[in-house]
Amino acid sequence: MSDEVTIEIDGRPLKARKGQMLIEVADAHGIRIPRFCYHPKLSVAANCRMCLVEVEKAPKPLPACATPVADGMKVYTRSPKALAAQKATMEFLLINHPLDCPICDQGGECQLQDLALGYGRDVSRFAERKRVVAGPDLGPLVATDMTRCIHCTRCVRFGEEIAGVKELGAVGRGEHMRITTYVAHALRSELSGNVIDLCPVGALTSKPFRFRARPWELIQHEGIAPHDAVGSNVHIHTLRGRVMRVVPHDNEEVNETWLSDRDRFSYEGLYAPDRLERPLLREGGALQETDWALALERAAARLREVVAAHGPEAVGVLVSPSATLEELYLAQKLARGLGSGNIDHRLRQGDFGADPAMGCAPGLGMRIPELERVDAALLVGSDIRRDQPLLGLRLRKAGMRGAEIAVLNPVDYEFHFPVAHRLITDPPGMVRALAAIAADLVRHSELPVPPAVAGLVEGARAEERHAAVAHALRRAGRGVVVLGAQAHASPWFGALRLLAGYVAAASGAALAELPFGANAAGAWLAGAVPHRGPGGAPAQPAGLDARAMLERPCRAYLLLGVEPERDAWNPAAAARALGEAELVIQIAPWLSEAGRRWAHVALPAAAFAETSGTFVNADGRWQSFEGAARPPGEARPAWKILRVLGTLLDLEGFGYEDPEEIRRELRAAVEAAPEPAGTVAAVALPETTASLWRVGDVPIYAVDALVRRSRPLQETPLAVEAALRVAPATATRLGLAAGARVRVRQDGTQAELEVVLDRRVAEGCALVHAGVAGSEGLGPAVGPLEVVAG
Amino acid sequence: MSAAQEQGGGRVALDEKVRAEIDDWVRRYPPERRRSAVLAALRIVQHHNGGYLTVPLMDAVAEYLDIEPVSVYEVATFYSMLETRPVGRHHISVCTNVSCMLRGGEEILAHLERRLGVKAGESTPDGRYYLKREEECLAACCGAPAMQIDHVYYENLTPEKVDEILDRLERDDG
Repeated sequence: MSDEVTIEIDGRPLKARKGQMLIEVADAHGIRIPRFCYHPKLSVAANCRMCLVEVEKAPKPLPACATPVADGMKVYTRSPKALAAQKATMEFLLINHPLDCPICDQGGECQLQDLALGYGRDVSRFAERKRVVAGPDLGPLVATDMTRCIHCTRCVRFGEEIAGVKELGAVGRGEHMRITTYVAHALRSELSGNVIDLCPVGALTSKPFRFRARPWELIQHEGIAPHDAVGSNVHIHTLRGRVMRVVPHDNEEVNETWLSDRDRFSYEGLYAPDRLERPLLREGGALQETDWALALERAAARLREVVAAHGPEAVGVLVSPSATLEELYLAQKLARGLGSGNIDHRLRQGDFGADPAMGCAPGLGMRIPELERVDAALLVGSDIRRDQPLLGLRLRKAGMRGAEIAVLNPVDYEFHFPVAHRLITDPPGMVRALAAIAADLVRHSELPVPPAVAGLVEGARAEERHAAVAHALRRAGRGVVVLGAQAHASPWFGALRLLAGYVAAASGAALAELPFGANAAGAWLAGAVPHRGPGGAPAQPAGLDARAMLERPCRAYLLLGVEPERDAWNPAAAARALGEAELVIQIAPWLSEAGRRWAHVALPAAAFAETSGTFVNADGRWQSFEGAARPPGEARPAWKILRVLGTLLDLEGFGYEDPEEIRRELRAAVEAAPEPAGTVAAVALPETTASLWRVGDVPIYAVDALVRRSRPLQETPLAVEAALRVAPATATRLGLAAGARVRVRQDGTQAELEVVLDRRVAEGCALVHAGVAGSEGLGPAVGPLEVVAG
Repeated sequence: MSAAQEQGGGRVALDEKVRAEIDDWVRRYPPERRRSAVLAALRIVQHHNGGYLTVPLMDAVAEYLDIEPVSVYEVATFYSMLETRPVGRHHISVCTNVSCMLRGGEEILAHLERRLGVKAGESTPDGRYYLKREEECLAACCGAPAMQIDHVYYENLTPEKVDEILDRLERDDG
């Protein structure tokens, strides 16, 4: 029996798949049927009744969104009967809808407004009083005007079906129905902003954008979101050169129709008070404003002095993993042009022992939509939901379809998908657990075990729970092993990486490496790592990695878009190194207080949305974009700053006219470079024991300089400060009382933190967030921690 | 009467006997459809809590059935048999729908409002009575006008009969 049926809509014969709804077929053929509650990504509610159409032989008009096609069906979307039904629906919808379009933010992009033009009456016949509904306060991101709500329940269904946290509900019934959280609280979803796009009226609007501009005044530019490895496609809306808001740009292969709150609201940080607008130069101890020519000349001259006095290896270049491909390429070209191999973007990584064995660039190991179809997954040191929100969504789809998902984490993160196996343990325990999983696979696999892995697996004992994870991966048609941000921060990342590589290969799963940053893959391709040049060719000369650059201090630092006091694995070491350096050149859009203390030259750079460039996402997709907004003051795109700096240093090949030229040069290098084929003989293993391990994950809204400056995001419940979060059992063992302030010591540093009881944290661990206020003075993100005074 | 014990932080734990009653309903649905018992669970909890629900109780039901709290709020606010604020002990519903209206239902309601000194939707200050807001049809058209007190039907009412019923109720209450 064929799966295809033939139907007729408005006299046009159309082929359709059995089970499809009428509205899907109509949409696919460009036949517009009005609707409010229907959304292709959500379940069918059929409660707005706007899509009523006439179907031959049906006694009454039928909702196109909830009527499956049948062979020979004849449908009329614009017949007098259909139009009468649609107009009647519109009249009912407008009964209680306020006439406040002139002060409504949705005005101009409102589906109700648009459809009322086509289906509404000129004059209302409704003479009674309209209802008024007080809106709940949903927090700093979503504004509510619930009097405007037409009860389509898209926002409710989004929470329940897509985001996986139902926070909004339809309370009451009939005329008293209202959409609310019932018990007032700010939305906690990392995807809450999507309800703004889904709301067909002005009931849910963007709070930061409220009353800032009218949609028809805005100029729309295409862009790529700068915070995670998804590279969500966005539309940047500007007014007179300023970014007013960011909204998603549909791309099924990347972000579908969604956008994380981090990508949507981070733009609010662009115009933070510490934005650098003019070059600064340290003169007689204080930073003074200066002009570009002088600043660049002095930067070049001082760099040359350092090289002359201490050799080129005294220069260290630290770049942001969210810098553009072009910036990263020029930064490494500049470092290597000076003769220094010290370039790295992996500021949050704790161990580099697996470097020779690393592939060409980290990524998902598959295309992003394929993540929805895995049958098993093992997350190693990954809070994928908050680190990579839209990849989390894809994995949720797999999980809801029945994928067997295992987690190996130091914190029992709350996921929005069912977790089949939970291995929650301290950082050394993670290495042992992964080795145990690998040991089980060794018994079942013919694959030769690389010597370094054999060393790790030796002596590992696979218990039942480890074997269960190995079994799930082996049995899966498609599996994936994800190495997340917490794995990268481990002081034994090398071991984790080698083990994960083996586990993936032996079980036939893909290996997904997901470090922080929008362009980590681009950074590897551009050669912004100490041991590899552009395209992955062996680097000449090889240099120090990010951690070594700060722990064995350099004399001079060039910082591109990073704030080491928050971005470095070991902020205390970073502060020491930068404070004592002879020269710190900071190329960045903002200058933090710490940066103000140690910068000798500060060069104002264009930020997200202000520069052209390219990000390479977890898919390996090169996504280029143009500048959309004007950088404030005298700020300039960083690639231009690096170009001039290279030229002033008399380095070869810095005469680029536009970023396209840089891109072409890099692409040629990538194509010419051989696939890296290094091996590792042995990696560092956990030897030290500690009675308490610090686990320093980076909260969702602390990952980079832009997000940290977005006030609305910092006001959400997901923005947290550093505290000593320990499990109740750990607290009892250490004699810590909830709410007490205690002094902790780490690696010669001290900080005072509040004790918070948190059942999610593994026994023997303390979750002390990195990248946030309160932990800047501490040492390694992951390492032994000591409580000195209770 | 109690349905739950305080746990601090605005949280309560359902009592053993309440959980047992809910379990009886949970068993009637497939294991993955535990949430289907929400209506019965709310009715049971309300019964043991003196006739109304609180947010901590609804949260406890949500936790027990493993559903989001807002889903429980949706159900509790949708059904007029469930109360989300403190109300009087005896719930009185007077039908004023078509059949009852034609046979004097509105007069019955007015009489009750006079006698109790409260409007429909309010409770008497002594906490004895809760005169519910207009109920839709009580499905007792043959005995119109009708009312329901604590799930018991009273039919073919007159103001005098209503007084008798309430007097008796008050005597029994002591």
